[in-house]
Amino acid sequence: MEEPQVRSGWPLYEVFLRAKRGLNHVHVGSLHAADSQMALHHARDLYTRRNEGISIWVVAARDITASSPDEKDPFFAPSGDKVYRHPTFYEIPDDVPHM
Amino acid sequence: MTDDEFAAYQSLSEETGDHRWAFGTGFTDPLEGIDASVPDSVDAAALAAYCLMLGDDALVYSHRLQQWMTRMPELEEETALANIALDLLGQARMLLARAGLAEGALADGNGRQEDQLAFFRDEHEFRNVRLVEAPDADFAELAGRLLIFSAWRLALFGRLAESADPVLAAIAAKGVKELTYHRDYAAQWVIRLGDGTSLSHGKMQAALGTIWPLVEELFETDPVTAALPGVAADPAGLRGDVDAVLETVLAAATLDRPGAAPMARVAGKSGRDGVHTEAFGYLLAELQSVARAHPDATW
Repeated sequence: MEEPQVRSGWPLYEVFLRAKRGLNHVHVGSLHAADSQMALHHARDLYTRRNEGISIWVVAARDITASSPDEKDPFFAPSGDKVYRHPTFYEIPDDVPHM
Repeated sequence: MTDDEFAAYQSLSEETGDHRWAFGTGFTDPLEGIDASVPDSVDAAALAAYCLMLGDDALVYSHRLQQWMTRMPELEEETALANIALDLLGQARMLLARAGLAEGALADGNGRQEDQLAFFRDEHEFRNVRLVEAPDADFAELAGRLLIFSAWRLALFGRLAESADPVLAAIAAKGVKELTYHRDYAAQWVIRLGDGTSLSHGKMQAALGTIWPLVEELFETDPVTAALPGVAADPAGLRGDVDAVLETVLAAATLDRPGAAPMARVAGKSGRDGVHTEAFGYLLAELQSVARAHPDATW
């Protein structure tokens, strides 16, 4: 039998919670775990203690590709002056929630 | 912050009533608002004794688990174990309160409060099984003991959910969900350690060997249970369910079922008769010292 590798520390996972049906999963924090199953257990124990969620996603932090703060301007500035891209020119009916 | 994010943040940071926090005094009665009368067909004295047994199991084991706080290998595990200890403390509170109410239903009865039962009984008046009072020498023992305890208690509560005492049935039904999680948590660690490195495998196997002599007591029939047909569940009948769970977990963990002989009874008595191991006196002293030094203190 191959001896499993011993690591000095557990990798980081990011936790996303969905509070109720119809809402999105929202990032709530991060935690350490040996693998994704353990991360799910830890997320349940750390982030749903007060009945906050009905669904949990965990993602290994190393698998997340993030935009760089250095590229902030080329990435985001060009959309700043394009007001016509905002869907603000029509009324949202009262019975459409979460918009 | 978008509305969605704000809603999640609010639910995370929302102030809740003090009664949900586990410190201080002035807790509300855990069975408040529940019809506490004992059904005519049920022997109230035996019911009180039975709830005391099951409440003591949870109270004492919860205290042992609390002793792990600040000593767990990872912060995340510490929270997980604190949750489990709190679940058991909640079960203990409800069962001790039920025991007190059943005492109160007796003809000459003045039922004791849950705090009186927890803090002002002496060692020989506790009715917990000896499995829960022994300290864990290491993390492997913690995982092994928690697996055996929660698999056994889950099997028991599954049956008690059909109890003829509606309050006991309700307490058990609530406990089933909690214990299912406790069992999963413990099983996950027993498998990780057993099927891990040769060092962790050796420690897990040794831990099971240490715990095993205390397992047999879980399945021994006692006079209190025998006096409550339809209300209590015969421990002997739980063996099949518990064995099936342990067999599955041990197989996945590549561990052997220990062959250690059961711990001897003392003059025919064991935990359910109020005869405990040496370690229990020290545990009880820690659990009760503040309440006894400052009776009726509030903070």
